[in-house]
Amino acid sequence: MLSPQEPPKRKLRVATTSLSGCFGCHMSLLDMDERLLDLIELVEFDRSPVTDIKHCGPCDIGIIEGCVCNSENVHVLHEFRNSCRTLIALGACAVNGGLPALRNDLDVREILREAYFEQQGVVSSTIPNDVELPLLLDKARPINEIVRVDYFIPGCPPSGDAIFKFLTDFASGRTPRLDYPLIRFD
Amino acid sequence: MNSENTFIIDGTPIPFEPDQTVLQAALKAGVFIPHLCFYPGLKPNGNCKLCTVVINGRHTSACTTLARSGIEVENNTPALHDKRRLLLQMLFVEGNHFCPGCEKSGNCQLQALAYDLEMMTPHFNHFFQNRKVDVSHPEAFLDMNRCVACGLCVQASSEIDKKNVFALSGRGIASHVVINTPSGKLGDSDFALSDKAASVCPVGAILPKRRGFAVPIGQRLYDDLPISSQTEFLTTREA
Repeated sequence: MLSPQEPPKRKLRVATTSLSGCFGCHMSLLDMDERLLDLIELVEFDRSPVTDIKHCGPCDIGIIEGCVCNSENVHVLHEFRNSCRTLIALGACAVNGGLPALRNDLDVREILREAYFEQQGVVSSTIPNDVELPLLLDKARPINEIVRVDYFIPGCPPSGDAIFKFLTDFASGRTPRLDYPLIRFD
Repeated sequence: MNSENTFIIDGTPIPFEPDQTVLQAALKAGVFIPHLCFYPGLKPNGNCKLCTVVINGRHTSACTTLARSGIEVENNTPALHDKRRLLLQMLFVEGNHFCPGCEKSGNCQLQALAYDLEMMTPHFNHFFQNRKVDVSHPEAFLDMNRCVACGLCVQASSEIDKKNVFALSGRGIASHVVINTPSGKLGDSDFALSDKAASVCPVGAILPKRRGFAVPIGQRLYDDLPISSQTEFLTTREA
């Protein structure tokens, strides 16, 4: 007679992306080092720079690094919100705009003029306007100003410890909570 | 302990001296009440409202309420922390607070309170206001992006330095710090880095030039210990 066996626990499906970010938060993800092996027992990756899958299927967790700077960021963010049951803002840019939002008191036209005409050594006669190129938004925005966001992990970048604590809390059904040394805005 | 000169915070008796406020007596006794615009030696002004407590059923600022014997104060409650967190979030979205690029990070009282109250997001839509940076002074700069209009520099400059370099102008959300010179520039005032007004700023709005990130991460004021565990420092820093 077959002994009753527990069905294998389904792994959490995780998608990650970097919108207008520097990939520092993804680097921090790798900073979990050998604990990644523990984590990989709990999760599997969908769309992510790790897998190179281009579009997001139904996922349990979506992790967004970076703020929303251009039209492509908006589309990707909506794809994540529509596909992921839980959306997590990872890092300063996703949480409050971060470094890219420092441009927000400048006019976009002036920024582009400065970058493509007035920089020393730049020889160009036009601002790139190929239809393939996403248009810049007038302001860089944190992701919670575009879609509903469930959790926030601040930090520039959040430490590997903070991400590990958060994800293991989440995967084991606890309310994710960071201890004092793990909550950092810088 | 003379019960005539004690009051209760969250069930704990707190001794006080005559003319002490609830906040002063609490900090002295090692009980932390979150605050931004209170500084020992300066007259409490009740600007920031982060020290809001419930005294005998009424919300009031702990920094402007004189301690009286027998009053019962609610301080460390989830409901009050929710309100304080909300105030912090509004301060964060109103200014341009980008901690990774701020020299005050790690020593900043606004940031320390946000850590302590576990503010994980500013929540509201950011104003992204266009605010000015004044670098006209040879020794210090004034970054209005980070100013929370607490009024401490105004008070320190008039009450201690006797210089009246700063003032608050405008009302409500338009309230902002101005410089008392015809040009409105800090460089044209008699402000000096040795002034008390140069060191009371709880955020990174008034900072010395050419110092940058002098203290490494890990050794800064609020790196190891939360602000709520540093009541001794908060009461003994000199105004």
